[in-house]
Amino acid sequence: MIQNPTSRGNCFIETAEIDKILEKHEYKKSALIPILQEIQSKNRWLPCETLKYVSEKLDIPLIDVYSLATFYKSFSLKPRGKHVITACCGTACHVRGGPKVLQEIQNQLNIGVDETTPDKKFTLETVRCLGACALGPLVVIDGKYHGQMNTKKVASILKKYSKKNK
Amino acid sequence: MIELTIDGLPVLVEEGSTILDAARFYGIDIPTLCHNDGLTPYGACRLCVVEIGKGENAKLVSSCTYPAEPGLVVRTNSKRVTEARKVLVELLVAMCPSSKTVQDLASAMEVKKVRFKVEHNDCILCGLCVRMCEEQMMAKAIGFVNRGKDRKITTPFDMKSDVCRTCGGCMYICPACELRCQGPDAETDLCNACLNVQPVCLKEEDNKMCFLGTCGWCYEELGRKKKK
Ligand code: FES
Ligand code: FES
Repeated sequence: MIQNPTSRGNCFIETAEIDKILEKHEYKKSALIPILQEIQSKNRWLPCETLKYVSEKLDIPLIDVYSLATFYKSFSLKPRGKHVITACCGTACHVRGGPKVLQEIQNQLNIGVDETTPDKKFTLETVRCLGACALGPLVVIDGKYHGQMNTKKVASILKKYSKKNK
Repeated sequence: MIELTIDGLPVLVEEGSTILDAARFYGIDIPTLCHNDGLTPYGACRLCVVEIGKGENAKLVSSCTYPAEPGLVVRTNSKRVTEARKVLVELLVAMCPSSKTVQDLASAMEVKKVRFKVEHNDCILCGLCVRMCEEQMMAKAIGFVNRGKDRKITTPFDMKSDVCRTCGGCMYICPACELRCQGPDAETDLCNACLNVQPVCLKEEDNKMCFLGTCGWCYEELGRKKKK
């Protein structure tokens, strides 16, 4: 997960905003996870500077913040697009054609897994089973479940989301 | 004071000591890898396994983290223990065959072959350097990042750390950094110098650097020559 620390992505959270979040959690060290979650929900990803700032303010060694942020898959240290697409690669979805759907999404967006389109609209991620196997193959976009996916549906759904962006 | 039995020997140790402390105090040898006296026990390598309990309830625990309890019956050398250790060492050799520490452990336990796929990693994730950096050098410059098969030890963002003073403590303590004996067969997966290869003696081949201080080959050779 090496990333260029100077690349700031498409949005960058202000320190004032981070301070507000930190204040809400009373600068508690134990609240590191909720703090990072809140920052991520505002900013979509966690830039290097943000992690450094948080570690300084909470007086937690930077390496601890970094290990925690890299441990949990829901934290992203890479810039994420506006819409996060999560394609299921679990067993049930796999046998029902999940890989084909994933491939189709990759073809349409011209990106690989864990990558973001250059226009910062979409980020593609995979997951092992979302616990809704009956709906497979499953694709989740911004928390919304799209069940019984097939390669034909992909284009129209993606179009819907890229229009939303405007 | 706590009273427990190690290998049938009743021993007395201070409260708060681990099984490993107790065994070492009484001169019973338990091999360790991720344990260091100056650092907190971590329990990563599991090489220090011992068997506790009786009959069906007997189980393997890591002695470096298991506190000595009154009445505990410990076996440090049962068949189960030695077999478990051998497999562990084999796995370690497969992970990092270039490490002298690991090779020496393998030789000491008479591991003669490696049945696992050999990967030439440069880290066995024992966590010694992380603890060294934090506890002895008070720096906390390195730590574990990622998880699962991607877990590794590095500085934040894989860049030079602001708090690292380049003291070298991490390298000093690393068991994987130390190169193994460069004598004959240095390229093989298993060194087993004293078990498998021709004698390497400082006297005759001073450029070979035999690390095995008590390898005993020379003595055996001497004995053989005398018999003739
Ligand atoms: S395998 Fe996709 S939801 Fe279970
Ligand atoms: S020395 Fe006990 S687990 Fe490594």
